[in-house]
Amino acid sequence: MTGNKIQLDKNGNLKHFLTTEGLSQSLLQSILDHAESFASVGERAVKKVPLLRGKTIANLFFEPSTRTRTTFELAAKRLSADILNLNIATSATSKGETLSDTLHTLEAMHCDMFVVRHANSGAAHYIATQVAPHISIINAGDGRHAHPTQAMLDMFTIRRHKKTFENLRVAIVGDILHSRVARSEIHALSTLGALETRIIAPQTLIPKDVENLGVQVFHDMDEGLNGVDVVMMLRLQKERMRGALLPSEYEYFQRYGLTSKRLEKAKPDAIVMHPGPINRGVEIASDVADGERSVILQQVSHGIAVRMAVMAMTMGRSPEDSGDKK
Amino acid sequence: MRIVIKGGRVIDTANSLDGKQDLFIADGKIVGLKKEPEGFESDLQIDAKDKVVLPGLVDLCARLREPGHTYKATFQSECQAANSSGITSICCPPDTKPVIDTTAVVDLIHQRTRNANRTNVYPLAALTLGLKGEHLAEMDTLRRAGCIGVSNGLAPIESTEVLRRAFEYAHSCGLTVFFFAEDYSLKNNGVVHEGPVSTRLGLPGIPETAETIALSRALLLVEQTQVKAHFCRLSSARSVSMIATAQEQGLPVTADVSICNLHLTEMDVADYNNDCHLQPPLRNERDRKGLIEGINKGVIAAVCSDHQPHDADAKAAPFSQTEAGASTIEHLLPLMLHLVNRKEIKLEQAIAVLSSQPANILGIDKGTLAVGSDADICILDLDSSNSVDKASLLSAGKNTPFKGWELPGQITHTLFNGNVVFQQD
Repeated sequence: MTGNKIQLDKNGNLKHFLTTEGLSQSLLQSILDHAESFASVGERAVKKVPLLRGKTIANLFFEPSTRTRTTFELAAKRLSADILNLNIATSATSKGETLSDTLHTLEAMHCDMFVVRHANSGAAHYIATQVAPHISIINAGDGRHAHPTQAMLDMFTIRRHKKTFENLRVAIVGDILHSRVARSEIHALSTLGALETRIIAPQTLIPKDVENLGVQVFHDMDEGLNGVDVVMMLRLQKERMRGALLPSEYEYFQRYGLTSKRLEKAKPDAIVMHPGPINRGVEIASDVADGERSVILQQVSHGIAVRMAVMAMTMGRSPEDSGDKK
Repeated sequence: MRIVIKGGRVIDTANSLDGKQDLFIADGKIVGLKKEPEGFESDLQIDAKDKVVLPGLVDLCARLREPGHTYKATFQSECQAANSSGITSICCPPDTKPVIDTTAVVDLIHQRTRNANRTNVYPLAALTLGLKGEHLAEMDTLRRAGCIGVSNGLAPIESTEVLRRAFEYAHSCGLTVFFFAEDYSLKNNGVVHEGPVSTRLGLPGIPETAETIALSRALLLVEQTQVKAHFCRLSSARSVSMIATAQEQGLPVTADVSICNLHLTEMDVADYNNDCHLQPPLRNERDRKGLIEGINKGVIAAVCSDHQPHDADAKAAPFSQTEAGASTIEHLLPLMLHLVNRKEIKLEQAIAVLSSQPANILGIDKGTLAVGSDADICILDLDSSNSVDKASLLSAGKNTPFKGWELPGQITHTLFNGNVVFQQD
């Protein structure tokens, strides 16, 4: 697959971050390493480094989001960049402006980076092909395709707990069909060398030929969780109940909800993850979500560090450039 | 005007003819082959030495964008583009704006055809009013106004009852139904073949069953109603074997395929190549091979361009927001010759599916070089080749998925009704 030449500049450095697919293991590891350096910034009294001072970043959210947008905003601020928040879902495009017109308008404001969320798969790729060459694009979620910063913050969380990806068995549970998070996690896990990635869901929520991505498919939760080191739960959108994909939330929870009893199938030290926001009693029981194996809140704080790392790298900066080495 | 085309290799698959001979034209008709008619004096001699002389090609599906979409293309631009690849007869589907469900639209198309005066244009009438799949269109009135068949274009007919009645009524009027098989609910807003690529790119997929289930429903109704049916733009290998079975059973069915599906697969969608957003979708290599085999076995009788010229904006968006379709009319013949060079199809077969066989499906006296037929002719230089360059396309639509391909064959002359309408510089 041709993949992702578009993401790298001619020296092989990250120019855009659109998908985890096709990037090298060393590049993904260096995102995690940079994030590790930035993680401490948030714990200091002065939570800022001057790496992107003078840079302007625009959050382009064509689809509403609070959590992701906020963490990108915080990440940009901690890097000392100026940030614009644009909820395009409610402004320009509803007035009939085309996507390229919106982009060119923002280019004219001399932005250096667009953080893009869009309801259509491939939107971030499309935007990356349309913008002026000095602008970097970070994909904050495009349709069902990719959510690479979410995947990397999950990888960061796994690495913190498990140290290495070798010999890891990971289960991703839930609506794989519609999940950009799952696709990005699958590619990242495979590149980082995880032993086994399993997906667990009814056939209605599994995309065709998904085995080609290097995963094992399970329709039975207990079988799929057997002996895993990491359980990644996906959010189940309520609108999935409206079509013919699932009969009810009740039945879904009975068959695919993560309860403490089910979690016993996993390794005793297995961690439980969720990209949020969680639906208690739909995909995960409250006692598991709040339990000692849950790392869900850590994921959120890691999100800021990982997004700082990706923003700095696509702008050609690394933590060492900040001049405040310890 | 009297023209003699001298010394070319004349291939006429309608008459199983392949040999070096001269061709004589007078008053828009072919008046002699090989032997010069008595007293013939030419006004124009065309030297066809080392070239191939073919009947003007017949394209079973091209959108000329009039009426309604002149911002995309016009008869003038698209008929010129057609001539440049030897096409002189075009069948156009009813999904114009307004739809071809009134005689006024048919009259307008005829008028545009006369004005362009470069190709024959054969409009298909709407099968249902407004292509909405609810009420029958005035098929017989439209037939009398000059429509050559009936079709619902790419629009679905969800009610099987309506489909049955439409088939019955078309049969009563002696009309062939041109049917595009796609189950609307299984398509479910899909934009690419459902398979590894749709999964990787997170694009909504169109399963193979969207085609095969719609096809089997239609085939059962053909059996029941005995309507003559032509199945348009098959995309899967399984559909080819279903058509073959129906033909073996003696059902009056024929089929065509779009040139894109003979060359491209889902892999060409790569990283959201909007020019590969097509309907029907590009499927996998097994399907592509199955379609080729369908041609070689005679199950698929025609290859069409399925030409859909678009304005730039129609393709300037994230993949699923773009309009489907490719601008292909100029490369229909070169792409067939490419398959010949790759030894996937024999030259004679490649010519038959672009001339005599689609003419048979339409029931028109075209696609032949028999003495007495209209002098629609093209002359082909098999030895030259061209690389596909978006900017130099004659079509107003620059949306070709074949950018950068090196394709064999160059049309040097195209004659329409005995007049030279295209000549290579």
